[in-house]
Amino acid sequence: MPKVQIQAKLVQVNQLKHDIFKFSVAAKEITDQAKPGQFLEIRVTDQVEPFLRRPISIYNMDKEKGILEFIFQVKGKGTKLLTQKQVGDDIDIVGPLGFGIFDYSKYQNLAIIGGGIGVFPLYELAKEAKKDGKNVTTYLGYRNKDFVLLEKEFEQVSDELCLATDDGSYGKNGFAINFLKEDIENGKIDSIYACGPLPMLRAVKALAVEKNIPCQVSLEEKMGCGMGVCVGCSVKIASSPAENPEYVGVCKAGPVFDATYVEF
Amino acid sequence: MNLEVDFAGIKLKNPVTVASGTFGYGREYSDFYDLGKIGAVITKGTSLKPKNGNKPSRVCETAAGMINSIGLQNPGVEYFAKYDLPFLRKYDTKIIVNACGSSIDEYVELCKILNGLDIDGVELNLSCPNVKEGCMAFGNTYEGVKEVTSAVRKVLDKPLIVKLTPNVTDIAGIAKGAEDGGADAISAINTLLAMKIDIETRKPVLANNTGGLSGPAIKPVAVRMVYQIANAVKIPVMGLGGITNGEDAIEFMLAGAKAISIGCGNFIDPYTAPKTVAGIEKYLEKHNIDDVNDIVGKVQMN
Repeated sequence: MPKVQIQAKLVQVNQLKHDIFKFSVAAKEITDQAKPGQFLEIRVTDQVEPFLRRPISIYNMDKEKGILEFIFQVKGKGTKLLTQKQVGDDIDIVGPLGFGIFDYSKYQNLAIIGGGIGVFPLYELAKEAKKDGKNVTTYLGYRNKDFVLLEKEFEQVSDELCLATDDGSYGKNGFAINFLKEDIENGKIDSIYACGPLPMLRAVKALAVEKNIPCQVSLEEKMGCGMGVCVGCSVKIASSPAENPEYVGVCKAGPVFDATYVEF
Repeated sequence: MNLEVDFAGIKLKNPVTVASGTFGYGREYSDFYDLGKIGAVITKGTSLKPKNGNKPSRVCETAAGMINSIGLQNPGVEYFAKYDLPFLRKYDTKIIVNACGSSIDEYVELCKILNGLDIDGVELNLSCPNVKEGCMAFGNTYEGVKEVTSAVRKVLDKPLIVKLTPNVTDIAGIAKGAEDGGADAISAINTLLAMKIDIETRKPVLANNTGGLSGPAIKPVAVRMVYQIANAVKIPVMGLGGITNGEDAIEFMLAGAKAISIGCGNFIDPYTAPKTVAGIEKYLEKHNIDDVNDIVGKVQMN
């Protein structure tokens, strides 16, 4: 089934932090076909300013009820406008987008690792993987206890949850990747799925390469069209030479990539 | 009501086309609607050999628009002919290939190949601001435009449209270069050279430092230039720059455009092009006009 543009009714708003909101919308045309890792392009106004749609990842889907949830942080005027939407309003959504999705089918012991607001697209993945009988260990890293989000939610969809803060003010003390490393060394992990800030993703990729464990990452990039037309959100193919670099679109070939395929 | 226009020998079922670089080769938008609803698809800028494009970041948003510096990333004409053309041909729409090159020889070689393909016309890209060689380097003088156009004209029997850059002082004079070189039509405008700076890092947001500005922000500039071109040449003009609805399209047509293109308006609403067709119909109905051709160039200057 192809991507669609719909006017999705906003059915629930949850404010998770002062600047982080969860929207639940009725979007059966999208939930019927969307897969973990895919994203949405949301239009925040019917005017031409702000101009572009906002790419936002899918957090959770209730496929039976056709309810789609996404979480976003208010970063600029677009996301700020979005917060003015009220329950009952329509939201203009294009989706699902992205051909690069999380694929855990070949593995049994999954490590899902997220940092900060990068944890959002990992929830649907963890939920689906657990449903499919996989052994899911989730590692969530936050700056400090004020930034901790979705602990209970991830607990419910993980066989084991390791929550860490950089300063130790909540959960374990240190970077989440340190705990992932221990578990890899103890033979508990056979594949890794990551989303978060670039330094974290780079560290996870390095660890995966060092330990020879397959790893997928979900990348974020400024987008024009969000569907592979403008080729604006490009990322370099790692194997292409530096003097003649080749690129693929994050929106179309991604946003989820095998970590070794792209350079980030 | 007649919406059909004869654009330089290309019979468009309606005057709405989609602009190069904002519609790929049509596949992505075919999920949303039958491409036969629009007059023509103007393809992504296509070169003789595949091009990888510029270093990211390549796009950023600005007030009522965006800046891009893609650098003509495309799979090359051979790939187009093999994979994209057969796909596009399934639809009842015209196919115009946007052709780009870095030298006159390259433009000529490319157009020789395009001449042998089942396409309806060629749009010569003399206006991309994001590549070091070719394109805008030819497009900013009368002589440059005339030279490339006449070289291509010798090998191309199909309708030849020349796409102009607005980054010049005398757009009308440059349009004449295309006409004198043997072009069948002009399209205008490409993007305006622009820059956005991140005030925290003090660096330009785009890796290429500069890029091309498009979107509603440039529409008034585009309307003015289309008016100037239409009054300077006898060949028809394809108007574009910031069109997002039927009213915008009508404005360009009144200024002198015989057909129009939707550019990054496709990004904000995938249905912008068919909605623009409906918007034009609505305007004609409201004003009791039977033929869309009757509004072309009908602006009444003060």
